[in-house]
Amino acid sequence: MSGPSTYNPKSGLERWIDARLPLPRLLHDTVHTFPTPRNLNIWYTFGGILAFCLGVQIVTGITLAMHYVANANLAFNSVETIMRDVNYGWLIRYIHANGASMFFLAVYIHMFRGLYYGSYKAPRELLWIIGVLIYLLMMATAFFGYVLPWGQMSFWGATVITNLFSAIPVVGSHIATWLWGDFAVGDATLNRFFSLHYLLPFIIAGVVVLHIWALHVPGNNNPLGIDVKSPQDTVPFHPYYTVKDAFYLVLFVILFAAFVFYSPDFFGNPDNYQPANPLVTPPEIVPEWYLLPFYAMLRSIPSKLLGVLVMGGAIVTLVFIPWLDTSRVRSCRFRPLMKQFFWGLVVCCVLLGYCGAQSVDAVKFGIPMVWVARIASIYYFAFFWLIMPIIGLIETPKKLPASIAQSVLGDKAAAPAE
Amino acid sequence: MAATTSDAGTRRDFLYVAAGSVGAVGAAAAVWPFIDQMNPSTGALALGSTEIDLTAIQPGQQIVYKWRGQPLFVRRRTPAEIESAKAVDVNSLPDPLARNANLPDTALANDADRATKPEWLIVKGVCTHLGCTPTVSTPQIPEGEYGGWLCHCHGSEYDTSGRIRKGPAPENLAVPPYTFMTDTRVKVG
Repeated sequence: MSGPSTYNPKSGLERWIDARLPLPRLLHDTVHTFPTPRNLNIWYTFGGILAFCLGVQIVTGITLAMHYVANANLAFNSVETIMRDVNYGWLIRYIHANGASMFFLAVYIHMFRGLYYGSYKAPRELLWIIGVLIYLLMMATAFFGYVLPWGQMSFWGATVITNLFSAIPVVGSHIATWLWGDFAVGDATLNRFFSLHYLLPFIIAGVVVLHIWALHVPGNNNPLGIDVKSPQDTVPFHPYYTVKDAFYLVLFVILFAAFVFYSPDFFGNPDNYQPANPLVTPPEIVPEWYLLPFYAMLRSIPSKLLGVLVMGGAIVTLVFIPWLDTSRVRSCRFRPLMKQFFWGLVVCCVLLGYCGAQSVDAVKFGIPMVWVARIASIYYFAFFWLIMPIIGLIETPKKLPASIAQSVLGDKAAAPAE
Repeated sequence: MAATTSDAGTRRDFLYVAAGSVGAVGAAAAVWPFIDQMNPSTGALALGSTEIDLTAIQPGQQIVYKWRGQPLFVRRRTPAEIESAKAVDVNSLPDPLARNANLPDTALANDADRATKPEWLIVKGVCTHLGCTPTVSTPQIPEGEYGGWLCHCHGSEYDTSGRIRKGPAPENLAVPPYTFMTDTRVKVG
């Protein structure tokens, strides 16, 4: 909860700075003494992990940009020069590429955490919407970044996605031409994508500041979904959550390192090791794994414009979630019916991701994958637009505990806080 | 009680110091690649050393070769030019040091220590004043009074051994590291 500042400058220097620019005060209040619910679990560590990922991507990205050349004739070779000639270039490139995948792994866990514990519900609606904005910016950044190596998948992925805009009636093809800067994806497109790819992460950083600010006004939600009622329900952020976040960050980095050092091309597509050829389309055009669910939705609709609208609608839907859920109980721990539909959503998203990786006419176990994608897409929209509103009204939630302290400490909750 | 308290205190201190040290080593290891990536890449280093074929150069002729991003003068000297270079008293020179990367820093600017094979003078074509490229002097078109080079930027004049004789330049033209692989092939750098 944001309340009066607890910072007490001790030395003369501290008082001097505090009177002029209270940054130490801000840091003290937000990261040191900030009262945080004492029952946060592992799923609440991913916010800190995401901030780490953003930092890693920016640092590796800036160092890569010292060697990368954003010209259609030189880009592919400049990446190979980084891999072969630049000191530790191979390491920095693999950290950046796998870092993007880790960034999205963390953001999906972070978002599903929000859905499960009702972190989008009042008074945290804007916090959730700002999060959706960050997610959108991340997808744009990742898309621009993937184009830069100028491999076959870079080029053709750019062609497919920018062509989506031509689905818009009347102005669509003009928008596509405007995006390309040419009659098709080419050098002009690559140059501007590099500029935007460099820009957007700093915009993301600014929006993340808003995200954390919006969080700190009401304070963190917690797995029980009940409000903080007294200081006994909380512990200071430092050392409890600085240490907890650091620990789970280490585990995350171990997984990250396993990919970087033992399987750095696991998430990549071999076609991207071929230089871009505008005259030859690869047999399968596939985006990176984190965009596959939306790709599956897009391809499951036979109409071009409708497919774009459905795909866009899937993301826009997220903005309305705070108002779609009618339940007065936040956390799915106490919502036995919603909990099951939640896991259904998780399965549906994974299924959509799987479908996105298959070719359009793939058939598995006698079932055409395009129908699996259609049914999963229907469930996705039904979950938010039908299930969320209805379940909130008909469900009988379990009894909520009296307070966080009581659920954590039991009857000792009556004892004074340490 | 007192013993337990000091034990716990010492153990915590040990853990702090140990974790802090490992963390510091880890941080240094993590930071190093990002600093080292700015050092010259293997591609840049490979271009640091080039072999030059000398067969086409006539006596009295100079070629300008691009070496490490800068001009390199490879001059095949005539006997007259070698004579005039050897005849100079080193102590009268504005810069008495050889400035030869193949020799110790204290070597003097005798012609023998500037061009190990007297016929071939190999110097960096970078004026030691402010970095312009000096113009070579030939008997047909003399540049400066000393038969070597004249830098048109601020008037520095070099002799046939590339030593500064007149003008604002403080040092003789630098001799880069080189080795003759054969009589007609030299590897510079």
